[in-house]
Amino acid sequence: MTNPNGRFGMHGGQYIPETLMNAVIELEEAYNRYKDDPAFCEELRELFNEYAGRPSRLYFAKKMTEDLGGAKIYLKREDLNHTGAHKINNVLGQALLAKKMGKTRLIAETGAGQHGVATATAAALMGMECVVFMGEEDTVRQALNVYRMRLLGAEVVPVKTGTATLKDAVSAAMREWTSRIADTHYCLGSVMGPHPFPTIVRDFQAVISREIREQLLEKEGRLPDAVLACVGGGSNAIGSFYHFIPEEGVRLIGCEAAGRGVDTFETAATIATGKIGIFHGMKSYFCQDEFGQIAPVYSISAGLDYPGVGPEHAWLHDTGRAEYVPVTDEEAVCAFEYLARTEGIIPAIESAHAVAHAMKIAPGMGENQIIVITISGRGDKDCVSIARYRGEDLHE
Amino acid sequence: MSNIRKAFENGKAFIAFITCGDPDLETTAAAVRAAAENGADLIELGIPFSDPVAEGPVIQEANVRALRSGVTTDKIFAFVRELRRDVRIPLVFMTYANVVLSRGAETFISACQDTGIDGIILPDLPFEEKDEFLPVCRRYGVDLISSIAPTSGNRTAIISREAEGFLYIVSSLGVTGAGGGDKTDPASMIRAVRESSDIPCAVSFDGSSPEEAAAMAAAADGVIADSAIVRLIERYGREAAEHIGEYVRAVKQALR
Repeated sequence: MTNPNGRFGMHGGQYIPETLMNAVIELEEAYNRYKDDPAFCEELRELFNEYAGRPSRLYFAKKMTEDLGGAKIYLKREDLNHTGAHKINNVLGQALLAKKMGKTRLIAETGAGQHGVATATAAALMGMECVVFMGEEDTVRQALNVYRMRLLGAEVVPVKTGTATLKDAVSAAMREWTSRIADTHYCLGSVMGPHPFPTIVRDFQAVISREIREQLLEKEGRLPDAVLACVGGGSNAIGSFYHFIPEEGVRLIGCEAAGRGVDTFETAATIATGKIGIFHGMKSYFCQDEFGQIAPVYSISAGLDYPGVGPEHAWLHDTGRAEYVPVTDEEAVCAFEYLARTEGIIPAIESAHAVAHAMKIAPGMGENQIIVITISGRGDKDCVSIARYRGEDLHE
Repeated sequence: MSNIRKAFENGKAFIAFITCGDPDLETTAAAVRAAAENGADLIELGIPFSDPVAEGPVIQEANVRALRSGVTTDKIFAFVRELRRDVRIPLVFMTYANVVLSRGAETFISACQDTGIDGIILPDLPFEEKDEFLPVCRRYGVDLISSIAPTSGNRTAIISREAEGFLYIVSSLGVTGAGGGDKTDPASMIRAVRESSDIPCAVSFDGSSPEEAAAMAAAADGVIADSAIVRLIERYGREAAEHIGEYVRAVKQALR
């Protein structure tokens, strides 16, 4: 899917300072050496299965299916992974790669904190130093995850610049990497940034669609009609889509965070409202003003609160292979509550964006059709902010 | 020969970086004139960007102050046109690729030629991606300036051979104006450049003393004050011009 210089159609590339160029070249060479190395793959498979608890379940949501009265709904339970989200798939892969490259220190950005927790976890497991950059606003929204990272031995650096959210955390991590390359690997958490990150992260997350395919063939003897996942940078979505991209009969639907609506400024729906740009190392779509200044974006979900989208998604949008739809805060919160009551599963507020869109389309589909929704993470971390959204203040 | 080379004909060049609109364009105009009148050989005019990933806190703050003042790319082009009525030394823009892309490369770069901007520095446009803008820059006679970092190593030759205007030698690992970082050896970086090119080499430095500037310039054709003038503006605001003039005069003196 990627051509040699890391392009997805016109998107992707390596728009980074010269200081970082040899670091990404070194990373690409190491990745090409290890990605098909049987010993590396076996070591990673063992980490996935024995440590992260893979394969994750593909669960038939019977009550939700009956309640909505349309397509059969399956949930891909990435929330059941160790650390509670899909982020661990990518992190175990990158940490293992970094270790092979002789790096002793991992740095990462985090929005909701799930990627930071996963990185801190892998660093603890592999005996590496770990520093996580997190927007100051997010350290407040996701205080529990800040504590988890510290408990795991990581240093958490609150980022106060700009909007003090995910994009500023990415900038801070890139700045840190620029000043310390020799012993440090930047464990980027999504399918974004300069080549080779969008490809590496996608490959480590592609385990999601590989399993969906196998599990659904076993349960139903066929492929799904639609696969839905939430999209911020887009790592759980590309992981859920990847092995279905060649299967034209499978609709791929990415659910973006519309915040208070795509007709307001308080949105993070990049494909719905952004235009082509160059930022954080890649060419893709970005929310920005007419002079190319990156827009302050907003979503109730700290993990989707990012003004760009991964370059492979931009390309899947350009070619029409995947559809991208905006989902508002209100719709996501309703879906968060709905899934809790209907199936006894509290999804991450990020994943609830995908659940919300499934609730819209499932009733219009036939009973012989199948939808798979990726539940990218668990929702415990979101309970305080959802309660607040509903006007209830929780104190522990 | 590009206009930029003229900056290196008067002994060791002193290059001053100033963020446009920090804290307003009147201050920038006074700062540029004070620098030019006191011996600056080239001015790097920063077009502020919301998320300057290659900059440390000092220049990040300058970008914030400038954007808060309401400065835009359009206002900066009008400002440069006005500046060019009396400022003759070479001027280059320092900004991020998205600022150029969002205007359209053709529109932006032709406006550079039209208003008298001699070159562009885009810290997020490495050698591998320069074809994004290089053909348009060539068409309008605007130099696309390349940089060499302490980590460039085996990339130095290929970058140097194709470099235009001058080479920006990044003297420290890490972001601008942050200070510290690992010690690097600009002299050996320049020796490596010299194996493939005779392009003028200007070394960036984070400090502010004229002696530091002179030490940095020893092996180079000039020095770039990344943050020294920005710090003066941060400190003295609208009254900074006089201090900038004094500072530039002292540095030029030290470079002789």
